[in-house]
Amino acid sequence: MDAKLKQAFTEPLSLNNPILIQVLGICSALAVNAQLEPAIVMGLSVTVITAFSNLIISLIRKTIPNRIRIIIQLVVVAALVTIVSMVLKAFAYDVSVQLSVYVGLIITNCILMGRLEAFAMSNGPLASLLDGIGSGLGYAWILVVVGAVRELFGAGTLLGFQIIPDACYEAGYVNNGMMTMPAMALIIVGCVIWVHRIFTSKN
Amino acid sequence: MEHILSLFVRSIFVDNMIFAFFLGMCSYLAVSKNVKTSFGLGMAVIFVLLVTLPVNYAMQTYVLAPDALVEGVDLSFLAFILFIAVIAGIVQLVEMVVERFSPSLYAALGIFLPLIAVNCSIMGASLFMQQRIQMDPATSTQAIGGFGDAFAYALGSGIGWLLAIVALAAIREKMAYTNVPKPLQGLGITFITVGLMAMAFMCFSGLNI
Repeated sequence: MDAKLKQAFTEPLSLNNPILIQVLGICSALAVNAQLEPAIVMGLSVTVITAFSNLIISLIRKTIPNRIRIIIQLVVVAALVTIVSMVLKAFAYDVSVQLSVYVGLIITNCILMGRLEAFAMSNGPLASLLDGIGSGLGYAWILVVVGAVRELFGAGTLLGFQIIPDACYEAGYVNNGMMTMPAMALIIVGCVIWVHRIFTSKN
Repeated sequence: MEHILSLFVRSIFVDNMIFAFFLGMCSYLAVSKNVKTSFGLGMAVIFVLLVTLPVNYAMQTYVLAPDALVEGVDLSFLAFILFIAVIAGIVQLVEMVVERFSPSLYAALGIFLPLIAVNCSIMGASLFMQQRIQMDPATSTQAIGGFGDAFAYALGSGIGWLLAIVALAAIREKMAYTNVPKPLQGLGITFITVGLMAMAFMCFSGLNI
């Protein structure tokens, strides 16, 4: 049982990563990571929502009639997203303005529906909770990697702190404005997939 | 009229759902393997957008906005739940109506119709519309001030999505014959292709209409 729980948590981090392998939840993964801070906040929000929606659906899974399960799942998710969106507005207003509609779009994030359908509907609460946290973190680390690359090369900063020293700029180094464009998110995620496949296919 | 036209053109090219906002990316990547099915999905998205956006516009102005339903009550915190319920309900309804009155269209759209309920482009368009309602039509070409604007925005966004998915499907059909490095095959190269397409679409962003 312990091994199964551990697997539920670790598998989505790399081998069964929601973005790299299952291709779920791409929309928000691309749009919010021009900088590191919104990427981290978004990753954490999605982790909280996947964890709790998995837990709640898993707890009530035996009482849900099969035919209306999609609507019930959507309502549970929408309620959780509303809570997270309000918390963000109260405690991290600047970031919530930056994320704008993408917080609301967590509802239609395929990771949630995918994990609810594939895992929470057929597994116990504890395993579902761990699976939710694992999936959320598997999603979050991609966002953080892409956000860090884009902010470092696009603006020369990380979390708003300047990383690339002034001496480099004086020597003629210029920030790559391309990195702040939406198109680069796609290309960087493509490269992350490339590197990830090289390592996982060897094993 | 001029405002509606510029809103329509802008939402196809400048505010393209895929290339500017990455909405509906999951089904975009999963279904774009051949032109015919991707055209079917694109048509289904246009169809559902055209029905849901005006309904959600009515919801926003007559139910959710402050003082709209009951004096002194602001229901805007219900937006997510109400929008997703409207979308899921309408997708179900559209599916039944199409099945009853046009079996040939139903067969053509097939599995795609129910899947559209969780396509982010529909929810995303509704949420963007919610933001745009608050803009001033006199100063911003993005503002949505009535049902006509909501229709134009829905049609434009849908056509932009259709354009994007058919273009990618055509490229992927050709790409099947190229020699791509092994770990990059499939998903990786598709991402990079979409990135390059998005870069090409960026040149529309200077369009001043």
